[in-house]
This record gives sequence, structure tokens and C-alpha cells, in this order.
Amino acid sequence: MYSKEVMDHFMNPRNVGEMPDADGVGVEGNPVCGDVMKLFIKVKDDRIVDAKFMTFGCGAAIAVSSMITEMVKGKTLDEALQISKEKVAEALGGLPPQKMHCSNLGADALRKAIEDYKNRQKKN
Amino acid sequence: MECYFDHVATNPLRPEVLEAMMPYLKEEFGNPLSVYPLGVRAREAVEKAREQVASLVNARPSEIVFTSSGAEANNFALRGIAMARQYEGKHIIVTRMEHHSVLNPARFLEKLGFAVTYVNPDRQGLISPDDIKKAITDETILISVIYASPEVGTIEPIKEIAQIARERGITFHTDAVAAVGNIPVDVEDLGVDLLSMAAHQFYGPKGAGALYIRQGTRIIPLIFGGIQEGGRRAGTENVPAIVGMGRAAELAKEELPQRVEHVRGLRDKLVEGVMNKIEAIHYTGHPDRRLPGHASFCVEYIEGEAMLLMLASKGIYAASGSACTSKALKASPVLLSMGIPAHIAHGSIVFSFGMDNTMEQIEYTLEEFPQVVRRLRELSPFAKGWEGVEEEGRCTPKK
Repeated sequence: MYSKEVMDHFMNPRNVGEMPDADGVGVEGNPVCGDVMKLFIKVKDDRIVDAKFMTFGCGAAIAVSSMITEMVKGKTLDEALQISKEKVAEALGGLPPQKMHCSNLGADALRKAIEDYKNRQKKN
Repeated sequence: MECYFDHVATNPLRPEVLEAMMPYLKEEFGNPLSVYPLGVRAREAVEKAREQVASLVNARPSEIVFTSSGAEANNFALRGIAMARQYEGKHIIVTRMEHHSVLNPARFLEKLGFAVTYVNPDRQGLISPDDIKKAITDETILISVIYASPEVGTIEPIKEIAQIARERGITFHTDAVAAVGNIPVDVEDLGVDLLSMAAHQFYGPKGAGALYIRQGTRIIPLIFGGIQEGGRRAGTENVPAIVGMGRAAELAKEELPQRVEHVRGLRDKLVEGVMNKIEAIHYTGHPDRRLPGHASFCVEYIEGEAMLLMLASKGIYAASGSACTSKALKASPVLLSMGIPAHIAHGSIVFSFGMDNTMEQIEYTLEEFPQVVRRLRELSPFAKGWEGVEEEGRCTPKK
């Protein structure tokens, strides 16, 4: 059912954990629906230097979270905003049709984290 | 170590069953309706199987109709009785514990103009005979209640409900697919009018099921055609599968007490270990009134499919009623109807045991399963509790 890449990121997820000193945090999903993704980013000079995640969800949701944290590292905020659900799914060697919403969840959590970072900047 | 703990999904074929089937897959290929010896032998084989299946549930052979599956038997019961009794009334009672093969025919009948009442279970998955009684109207022609739930293992008070139906002249059907061959089932003692079963649930082949139809029960066929099965189910008989079902029924009858004892021992050991080793876990279904080889849980803060995948990587095969394991992306309607909140229902996991399982496998699982839970909780933003969870949420998958 799942690709080799999905199983790899699910069984050995990268960048797991809380980030107490995060510059931006994005939460997407609802536990009632079975998946919630919490994405943390550390930003320096408009560039994402570190990312971490915590996810409640299925194999695909966990793999998407892991992959997205890998994909954003080193990217400028504008570049990171270009990461679509399709790109995440593609990087994972494809997702079953009924699991595409997991990849959407990841892309949305990332956008929220960047938005959160920008809002914090405005306040400072 | 490989551990197959999904016996509610299906069971391996017993070697004795395969052996009984083999001649009918090879040289004994006759059509049971043919008059020459090749056909006669096929007919005799089918009739022997009918006796064996009848004997397992204490029915008369003439009351057994072979079908292609438990699902067909359920469809036949609901649609066949609805068609036969539609001029007496158009109300049907089913429960929220039912399998899709009862619920979907019920929904189809609603579209045809029947009214259907869906009775809710209690927190342990038990249907109250009183609730069934309250749902009965002058229009009620059929009540269908599942015998034992493959999702939570609960065994329903079938005898009491059948009694209520009989007093009111209502036809009573039970989907006993998860029960027959796993616990004693006696149609006379229960007083049911119709009862569905499936061969692969008791080490028989897939593609063979049966519907018990009490003598004198009027029913309209699901499949029209030739005169097979006394005109109640057309189509050339699947002789090898039927023969396999017969042999499997015979073995089940002989071995039932040992089977119950074996799987109960494994189940009790697993449940005790799991409840001791894992925190924030719920044993779902009824604690006592349940299938002997069935253990179902909801593990908080993590999701069922992720558990299944990680267990599978350790060679442990189980099942889940989580949304993510279904294409509909909805948490199990059975768990929700029992009043289990959706966010907890997503952590559903079901282990069901069979004769091929051993105590070593249980011990291995008691080592591995808590580690799987720990690993997934390390990833979970809720590992310390359900902070900010709203009960009502819209879960339509985004495109």
C-alpha cells in the first residue's frame, strides 16, 4: 500500500520533537478526524535553519511530517511556501489517493508555521 | 516471529478441509443436477456437507441454504424477508453493531420505502432487549441483530431478542458469521428464524457461506434462476467450497471445546499483560460476554493504522477500526455508537486468535506491543493528554 520512502520515513521519522525556542509554530488537523500535525521552525535571515514535528496520525501523516521537515531545512521562507502537497507526496514516492489529505495537512501546517513566524516579527 | 492475530478477518484453511475439497477440484467435477454418476456423486457430496453444517448449529439439513459468503447470506435474509413480508408491514429493526452486509441492505430497503430503526448499543457494545422491544411497531416485519461483534467481541442476548420477536410474529435474523465455529450456536435453543454463517471463519474455504432458514419461513430468493438449493438460491453449486465448508463444520463441532479453551487462554494472557504494561488504554467491548479469542482496545494519544504498520514490521498482524484504515476515513461507526469519543476510537486495535497461535507469540507480542505504543507516543503532540480537543469536528478530507 505504501511506497518504500513512506515506510522509511514512518519507521525512522526525522526531526521528531518539541522545539521550545521555535520562531514559528503551525498546528493543523483535528484529533477527532484522526490526524494532527504540529510543525516547529527556526528561522535565521529569512531562511529556515531547523524544523521539528510532533504528529498524531496514520503512517502517511507521520511520513509526510518527517519529509516536510527535511524539505524545508535550508530553504528561504518564500521557497518553503512553494512546497505543495503534490511536491511532498512526490518526494515520498507517491501516496494512496485516500491519503493525499495527509500531505495537504503537512503543507498547511508549514504555511501556518511561517505565518506564525511573520506575525511574531511584526510584533517585535 | 510471525504472529497472525486477525482471525476475525479470515482463517487459514485446515489441511483436512483442503484434502476433502481436492477431489472436487479435480476429477469429481460433476454438476450436482446431472443424472449420471459423476453428477450424483457431486450431489451427494453437497448433501453431506449440508448435514455437517446443519449439525454444527443444530438445524435440519433442509433448513440450510448454501451461499457464496456471509455477506450474501445477510443480504438474502434482509432482502428476502423484506420482499416476502412487505405487504404485512414495512418496518425493519437492525442495530448499530451490524456488519456492512446488514447495514447496507437495510439502507437499500429504506430507498425502496421501508422504514428502518437503528438501535444503539451500550458502552460495552451490548444491545438491550428492552430497546428492541421499544422499537417494535405494528409495521415491524423483521429484526436483525448481530450474534457477536468482530470489532469489539461482544456477544448479544440473541435468545432474549428472538423470544421478543417470536411473541410479536416478527421474523428474526442473526448475523452469526463471527460466532459459528468459534462458540456453540444452537438455532433451536436460540429460537432464531434465520442465521448467517461463513466457512472461512472456522478454517473452511473463502467463497462458501450459508443461511439457516427455519422450516416454514417464507423468503424470496436473492438470485433467481435454476432449481438449485430447493429453488432458493440459483446457480451451479460451488461444490469444492461447499464440501470444504461441510468438513470444516464437522471439525469445528468436534473440536469446539478445545478451540474455545485454547484461544481464551491466549486472549486472557494478552489482555492481562497489555492492561498492566500500557497506560491510557481501554479494553473495548464487554469484559465477559465476548468471543473467547477476541481482544480489542483503544490506545489513547496514537492512531490505529500507525500501530498496525509498526506491529506488522515486527511480524504481528492485527486489525483496527481507525478512520485511517478505512477508505471512508471515518472512525468505526460501531465504536462511535458505543459512545467512545472519535479521538479515542482512532486508537482502536483488535487482536483475534486462532488454533495456529501459541503462548510464545503472546509473550513476544507483550514485549513488542508496548514498545510500539511508546514509540508512537514519542511522536504524538497529545502524549501528555488531549489538550484542546473539541468533540465536534468536521473531518471531510480536503481535496
